[in-house]
Amino acid sequence: MVNKSKQQKPVRLWLEFLGSMNLAITILVVVAVASVIGTVLQQNQPYQDYIIKFGPYWHEIFKALDLYDVYSALWFLLLLGFLLLSTSVCIYRNGPSMLRDMQHYRLTMKEKSLRVMRNFREWTLDDAPESVERTFAGYLKNKGYRVRRKTADGTTVMAFMKGHMNRLGYLFTHVGIVVICVGGLMDGNLNLSAKEWLGNLKLETRDISASEVPDVSRLGPGDNWSFRGSITLPEDSVSNLVFLNIRDGYLVQELPFAVELKEFRVEYYDSGQPKSFESDLLIHDDQLDEPLEETIAVNHPLIYRGHAIYQASFADGGTSMELTAWPLFDSASEPVELEGKVNAQREIETPDGTMAIEFQDFQQFNVFPAEQVTEAGEVEHGGEAVSGSDMVRGGEMGRSDKKFVNFGPSFTFKLRRPSGEAREYVNYMAPVEQEGRYFFLSGMRESQAEPFRYLHIPADDKMSIDRFLRFHSWLNDEARVRHVAKQSASQAMSSADIQDEAMLQNIVTSMVRLTNEFVRGGYQAIDQRIRETVPEQQQAQVAETYLKILNSVLENMYWELLEDEGAVSEAGITPEQDRWFEDAINALASMGPYGSPFYLQLSDFDLREASGLQITRSPGKNVVYLGCVMLMVGIFMMFYITHQRLWVMIRPEGQGSRVMLAGMGNRNQRDFNKVFDSLGDELDQHYSSRQ
Amino acid sequence: MAVTKEQLNENFGKQSFFKQLSPFDWIWAAVLLFGAGFAWNKYSALMDHYEVGILFGTALALIALGWYWKATRYLMIAIAAVSLFAVSLYGNDLGQAEQNFFLMFLFSSQSATMWMSALFVMATVVYFVYLVRPNEFIGRIATAMVWVATTMGFVGLMVRWRESYLISHDIGHIPVSNLYEVFILFAIITALIYLFYEARTRTKAMGAFVLLVISASIAFLLWYHFEKGAHEIEPLVPALQSYWMKIHVPANFVGYGAFALAAMLGVLYLIRENAARGGGTSKIWMVVMNLVGLGILGYALFFVSSTVNTLIFVVSALFLLAIYYLSIQKQRVLSYFPPAETIDEVMHKSIALGFAFFTVATVLGAMWAAEAWGGYWSWDPKETWALIVWLNYAAWLHMRLTKGWRGAPLAWWAIIGLFVTTFAFLGVNMFLSGLHSYGEL
Repeated sequence: MVNKSKQQKPVRLWLEFLGSMNLAITILVVVAVASVIGTVLQQNQPYQDYIIKFGPYWHEIFKALDLYDVYSALWFLLLLGFLLLSTSVCIYRNGPSMLRDMQHYRLTMKEKSLRVMRNFREWTLDDAPESVERTFAGYLKNKGYRVRRKTADGTTVMAFMKGHMNRLGYLFTHVGIVVICVGGLMDGNLNLSAKEWLGNLKLETRDISASEVPDVSRLGPGDNWSFRGSITLPEDSVSNLVFLNIRDGYLVQELPFAVELKEFRVEYYDSGQPKSFESDLLIHDDQLDEPLEETIAVNHPLIYRGHAIYQASFADGGTSMELTAWPLFDSASEPVELEGKVNAQREIETPDGTMAIEFQDFQQFNVFPAEQVTEAGEVEHGGEAVSGSDMVRGGEMGRSDKKFVNFGPSFTFKLRRPSGEAREYVNYMAPVEQEGRYFFLSGMRESQAEPFRYLHIPADDKMSIDRFLRFHSWLNDEARVRHVAKQSASQAMSSADIQDEAMLQNIVTSMVRLTNEFVRGGYQAIDQRIRETVPEQQQAQVAETYLKILNSVLENMYWELLEDEGAVSEAGITPEQDRWFEDAINALASMGPYGSPFYLQLSDFDLREASGLQITRSPGKNVVYLGCVMLMVGIFMMFYITHQRLWVMIRPEGQGSRVMLAGMGNRNQRDFNKVFDSLGDELDQHYSSRQ
Repeated sequence: MAVTKEQLNENFGKQSFFKQLSPFDWIWAAVLLFGAGFAWNKYSALMDHYEVGILFGTALALIALGWYWKATRYLMIAIAAVSLFAVSLYGNDLGQAEQNFFLMFLFSSQSATMWMSALFVMATVVYFVYLVRPNEFIGRIATAMVWVATTMGFVGLMVRWRESYLISHDIGHIPVSNLYEVFILFAIITALIYLFYEARTRTKAMGAFVLLVISASIAFLLWYHFEKGAHEIEPLVPALQSYWMKIHVPANFVGYGAFALAAMLGVLYLIRENAARGGGTSKIWMVVMNLVGLGILGYALFFVSSTVNTLIFVVSALFLLAIYYLSIQKQRVLSYFPPAETIDEVMHKSIALGFAFFTVATVLGAMWAAEAWGGYWSWDPKETWALIVWLNYAAWLHMRLTKGWRGAPLAWWAIIGLFVTTFAFLGVNMFLSGLHSYGEL
């Protein structure tokens, strides 16, 4: 015996420690504080971003501490494990006594103990003990108390109880927490971590197609009973796998069935905000006689064979486009018709060598809040465009903005030069109205971190880009420029009454050079040239002269163009044509930095969308829900039911009897005092009214 | 005679809950059920099973609330009557808001919300007057103003609900979908919980402090309205188009409201304790209190708008002024503040109420997340902060219930808890990004 208890001692000490309230509260607070980390530090971003943010030194430390994925870090799980253990020990130690307490009426109360209770009353009555007993028992039973009685030595003790469910509340809440944790653990990826640790599984980090992913990064349908994967499925395509994104890599998870996307739809409110995202799916499964047809939407997932299929995002699934490439700096070439497809690339011959057009994305609608479209006509995307996933899940678009403007279809592509460097472009299909004029918009940026800078090409009377492209091409045609320059120069000289062939030649040459510089490099190029070649005092004066000369060439060229179009009316240039000229010059000035040897114009497209599906399997979900229900029910039982006990002790005294009533409640003392007082008062009244 | 006595004994003390109800209680319940039935009959084509369940569940819950806390029957009748009146004035024409006299100046959702705002701010002032001159009449005025303000707030939301359908059928939705709407909800729910405990404890001393929190939210609401134009009704993003919103959001705000009330009771407790110990402002905790004030101001600096900074400055200055005044008015505090035990117990009850509803709200939120985002728990910032708030109050309750803590430490903890709650409610939306960003600033 002695030995046994000695052996048990350390165990008991441990239980005491683990079940102690101090430990429990400490863990509660520590978990709360640790949880903050993951909300302040954005989780699961590419490591590159973290290095830029914190520097390589801190990056290594943060990585070692698993701060980039706090909630699956071992130390965090250990903390949760401790919370679970502490709660379990608490239940183990207190549960049985609580259950006993529910059943136990405590009939062995002595008069002394009743008298020291805060709630105590005493009566001396004429009625016989039996009658008193009946009255009290009847009264309290009517009030919902349950009763046990005992008589010894002529003294009757009745013990009453009400609200014993309060004790169950304790059990429910704490067991509920344990159940929730167990359910959460079932859905955690502990088994993947274990497999990875054992070397049976390796994250894939390369950007390769699913079929090339090696077996060591693949999971069969039965290998993983709980996962949360995603896949982007273009219309009319089928897939039987999803990708699990983990840290800086991914795994391929195979499904026991295949999902086909028939159609993806976005519906819009009148204001242009998205109203619904829907996917028509077909489920192919050997277990089905014929494919299952189902439409999913946000908030309306499809549950099939324990898998839930969610509408999570959308993207372009390979829209094909008919395009025209207008050569910009090469007046001799003809425009080229070509076809493009999102997520594909094609080559194009340019004077600067063979370049690759990588088609990135197509947007059928471009809806911007009107207030973001500033006066200068710039579209401020707020840095990054809103992604399909954000929109579906309800992120950014929820902000309350006012009116919306739809800019119509656009497509994004990267133009890769032979040197390998690439610029990104976004071109809009139709002209966009700004301050009553119409422009073709084309944005360019040199890296993803920058916002797009927009080229505004004015549309002509026929809402076409033709006039501008012709204007641009004429200005690139040296013979034409020389011809126009000669015209304007001789005009100027004759009006000044000068005749000097050599001077004329000189002026024409500089005019041609100036025009060429402007067309290739904008005002900047001219400015730079002046700074390099002209002494500082004369720069301003020379600049003014240059601009005058340049303008005369441009104006005359425009005049020729209009004449060629037959667009010159008798009244001369109309105000619209005049404004077009100004806009065109502005566009020309920024043509240099635009950096593309051609302008890509979209003439037609065949939309093909892709739906971003999230497919999950979480067998722990129902366990978690069970725990949640226990928790909720338990909390209400604990807070709003008071475990009340009353004792009635009856002693014969002469012909009548002496009665004592005492009581206690396990919580809300003040409320229980009131209950007890009203019971006592009613009994008082009952007996006094009969006397 | 013997038989009668037996009968007497048998029935003695037998009073079924239902028999205690007055005819008015029954009529009122019948009207509520009739209203729910009417709504069901008229709109069932637009509702799914869950929404029908929520409709009748709400009716039953409101009946229970009215039977338990009788005053709310009048509140609900007033809200229903005024809202129906306003809706009938609208007919099918939203333009009536600018033509009809009643809508223009009283009952369109904008006007009603403005009345609510004005009344809450005025009630705050009156409660402060009451602190200085605790006279019964002033107290009654203050309470009445809070009741009317609450009514107007509810009317504002109800009418806004209808207005959203008048804009367009597909835009219509219950007005608990963005930060502007839930700020109204927060103000009126906090006010309601306060009114309950005011009646229960028969004391109005805590009114000034609770109304200050409400006024702070009104200040924010007005800034949000005038600076950001947030009052305009916007269509719902697809992720919010769910019956879950109808129960998740209100349950959450019962939690937030109760926590806010508990924090203010904590302040009240500390003031009373200070007075009991002899009063005065030289105590260290006065210094600390001022630090808290500075903390609020520092927090205000996070806002870009100077309007909000000023508003928060005014509110915190009033707050500190009140504390200062009460610290030197020892006799006053001791004579009309409720006993320390009472404050402590109401604080506990308020946190218990908040905790229970916050738990329900978080669980409902998890269930909704499972349906909308594909997982019941994603450690999204909002989810995580909900957990932090929950853990915080769980620790608080354990301290009280099992360690037997009472008084000052728990009062302090409740005050700090409000900061944690505020961050979960607002800070997450402002400083952290995540899925749950419907209420962005």
